[in-house]
Formats: sequence, C-alpha cells, structure tokens
Amino acid sequence: MSSAGESNAATVRVALPYHLRNLAKVEGDVLLEVAAPVTIRAVLDALEARYPMLRGTIREYETGQRRAFLRFFVCEEDWSLESPDKALPDAVAAGKEPLLILGAIAGG
Amino acid sequence: MSSVRVLVGTHKGAFVLNSDGRRKDWTVSGPFFAGWEIYHMKGSLVDPNRIYVSQTSGWFGQLIQRSDDGGKTWHQPGLPNEAIPAPGPPTALPNRFAYDTSPETGKPLTTHQWYDGTQHPWEFKRVWHIEPSLTDAETVYAGVEDAALFRSTDGGENWHELSGLRGHGTGPKWQPGAGGMGLHTIILDPTDPKRIYIAISAAGAFRTNDGGATWKPINKGLRSEFIPDPNAEVGHCVHHVAMHRSRPDVLFMQKHWDVMRTDDAGENWREVSGNLPTDFGFAIDVHAHEPETLYVVPIKSDSEHYPLDGKLRVYRSRTGGNEWEELAKGLPEKDCYVNVLRDAMAVDTLDDCGIYFGTTGGQVYGSADGGDSWAPIVRDLPAVLSVEVQTLN
Repeated sequence: MSSAGESNAATVRVALPYHLRNLAKVEGDVLLEVAAPVTIRAVLDALEARYPMLRGTIREYETGQRRAFLRFFVCEEDWSLESPDKALPDAVAAGKEPLLILGAIAGG
Repeated sequence: MSSVRVLVGTHKGAFVLNSDGRRKDWTVSGPFFAGWEIYHMKGSLVDPNRIYVSQTSGWFGQLIQRSDDGGKTWHQPGLPNEAIPAPGPPTALPNRFAYDTSPETGKPLTTHQWYDGTQHPWEFKRVWHIEPSLTDAETVYAGVEDAALFRSTDGGENWHELSGLRGHGTGPKWQPGAGGMGLHTIILDPTDPKRIYIAISAAGAFRTNDGGATWKPINKGLRSEFIPDPNAEVGHCVHHVAMHRSRPDVLFMQKHWDVMRTDDAGENWREVSGNLPTDFGFAIDVHAHEPETLYVVPIKSDSEHYPLDGKLRVYRSRTGGNEWEELAKGLPEKDCYVNVLRDAMAVDTLDDCGIYFGTTGGQVYGSADGGDSWAPIVRDLPAVLSVEVQTLN
C-alpha cells in the first residue's frame, strides 16, 4: 500500500465516536486540512486545534498516548498500535477513507 | 419568592430539578452530558448562575464543564463552544489535572499503598468533587482520584495541584477504598479562608490552616478494625464529612463504620453512632438552621450496600449525635435495595429546611419539612452519584 506524499496539505476525514461528536458539536465526519506527511499524530493535532474541547479525550494530556479504551482503524486495518508518525495510506490523505476512532468494547 | 435548584449527577448524565419555595411541584431538565458519568456538580455561592461540573468517562477521560447562566448552557472553561480557536498554543487547559512533579515541591510525591500492600504510583483517574470558593466565583477546588487537591483561580480554565497535601509525609500509607483512592470531601471554612478540611478514602481527614501549603492528618479518635493498627494516624476509610457554617470547629463524619464528631476542628473525634440500627453508611449532612441536627442514611454493611430489611430510612439526630430518630414517612417500606452515595445528600436554606438525597436506583427524594416527611421528586433517573442544592432568591 502506498503512503501519503510529502507535498501539499490534504483534506482528511475523521470519524469520531458518538460522544466525541456531541462534545465537538458536529454531525457526521469531520473534515480537516492536514499538512503532509499525513500521520495519525498530524491528524489529531489538527483535530484538537480545530476542536479544542476534544483535547485529552483521545490522547492523554501528559504522554500524548492514545487513551487505553480507544482504537484507530484505517482502511479496515487496526492502526491502534502503529507509530503515530507512520504515514497514513493515500486513501486517507485523499479524503476517500476516514481515520476511524472507536471506543473499545469494554463495558456499558 | 425563593426557589430551589437541585443539581443531580448520575451515572449517565446530569439533571437539574427546579421548584419554587413550596417545593411541591418540580420540573426536571436534562440529561445534560448524556451518557457520561457526572461525579459531581456544584454552584457558586458568590454567583449562583456559575455551576461547575465534573464529567468523566473511562473511554474519554476527564472534562470540566461550566455554566454561567444557571444551567441553561454549558462549556468547557476557556473553550467557547462555537468559535474557531485562534492559532497558537492554547491558553486554557480546563481538563488537564497534572500532578506536581517539580523538583522543588513534587519530589517526594511518588507512591501510595496498593491493595496488596505494595507501593503504586499516583495515576490521575477523575474528579470526584468540585468545591467553589465561598468568596470568589473564579476560584474553585477539585478533589481527584488518585487522591490530590487541585485549585483553579481562573474559573476552571487551568488547574494546579496543592501538592503540600500529598507531600506532607504519609502518602505512601494511603490506600484505595473499594471505589478507588478519591479525595471526595472539601470543606471551606467560611470564617477563615486559609482553613480547609478534606477527606480521602482510605487515608482519612486532613486540615490546612495556611491555604493548602501544609496539611495535618486529623484522625485521632477514629478506629478502623480493617487496618493493622486500628488507631493509625492515616489509613481510615472516611466516607463523608459535614459542617454547619456557623460552627466551623464542629464536624460530623460518616466513616466506613461509625458516625463521628469533633468539636475542636478535627483534633479529637468521638463516636456518636448511639442508637443507630447500623452505623455503616456514606451520606451525612447538617440542617441549615440547626447546627445540632444531622442526617444519615444507615446502610446494612460494607458487604451489603442497601438499607436494613429493605426499608429505606433517614435517621435524624437533634442532639448532635448519639440520639437518633427514624424518619420513614414517604420512604419505601419494603423491597428497597438501593444505596445512597457519599455526595448524594444536601440541604437547602429555606425555612423549613429542605433535605434531599439520591439513590443508586435513580430516585431523588426531597423533604420540605426538615425530614418529617419525604416524597420522590423524580423516580427513574440513572444511578445517582451526587446531589447538591442551590437556594435562589
């Protein structure tokens, strides 16, 4: 699978879980301008800059690590344990596929 | 005419109950923050329209919400709901509770005791209790799990730990209670802004006389059979503490077992369980106008967290403890197996004093006559975690 290039800013789609959509007061996917290279870190940086009410809800404040009960999926693959600096697939950088953020199933 | 606003935090959202001073007809607003745990919400005495909320989730972490219009609208302090933020680093981090790790003040703050007796690092989990300042609407305190005290002086935009509490030396002997190691009680002395009482499960009660710089354990007289030294300086599972505003040296405590009283600002405690049918429980509060009248909700035991014999009862003492009377009128007579948690009882300041409590079964009961009779305000909320009352003029 090829990866996002090093050049222009991309419009990236992010699919948030229900409670975070409510918190950000958005419906449907969020569209973000993200400078290349498009990585999970870059997408989350852009997400938190545009929607500061989400700071700390996806990544821990102190460590910047993914919160334990959240997972990231990209193009039907689990990216939860990938490096946050790994370039995302071109389909994400092109806005064709979203970065999917999900709450892990860990209770009700 | 005066009115009453009851702030209810539940396992799945916040609710606001409103009534006029008669307290017979109620409106229910909510859920706010639907689906999130609302450990606590409390209004400012200085500005009753200012309400602070602890919103928390195992998935998404800790958020602080604030209303400046009496609960009609909410926002995270410093983060307007609609505006696109200006470029650059944020100036408000309302949800960041970072323990003090500075070399000067944070160095000794390392570990507490874990369930198995080993040492365990402090890990922030959530805000259990929010206490607005009595004199400044922008100043607010937060008691958190793992136990520590934080303060904001900018309306909740930024929080800083009062690390003298964890750093005074006994931290490695503190241990979590069954619900975690939470700092759940914050009492501000209305006559002395530098004096604060706090309580932690399971460490005990502490007092500062210098605005939070230094702290003293105030647990002399407490006796807890479940710790190796029943009379230890710390390690006691204090469930809640209450004070009447007119007598800041007198405190009443619902300990894990035992109802206790101090008349010297916590220097010495004595048991006042008296004729209670069981002295296990969580909630305790004091009548707004009668400093010797207090209320508890006896719970069967630490193994069975529900009322005795399936009968929900409040007990009232008009003698500052020891002599208790059962209050039953309007409360379930049978088949009631709910709990009343530590922050789920509050009083208004009307005459007669109103008493309110919420249950893990989702009922909020109110009494408009000092506890003589009770009626449910609402019956089917999610499990109630906290109840606070604002008396509005």
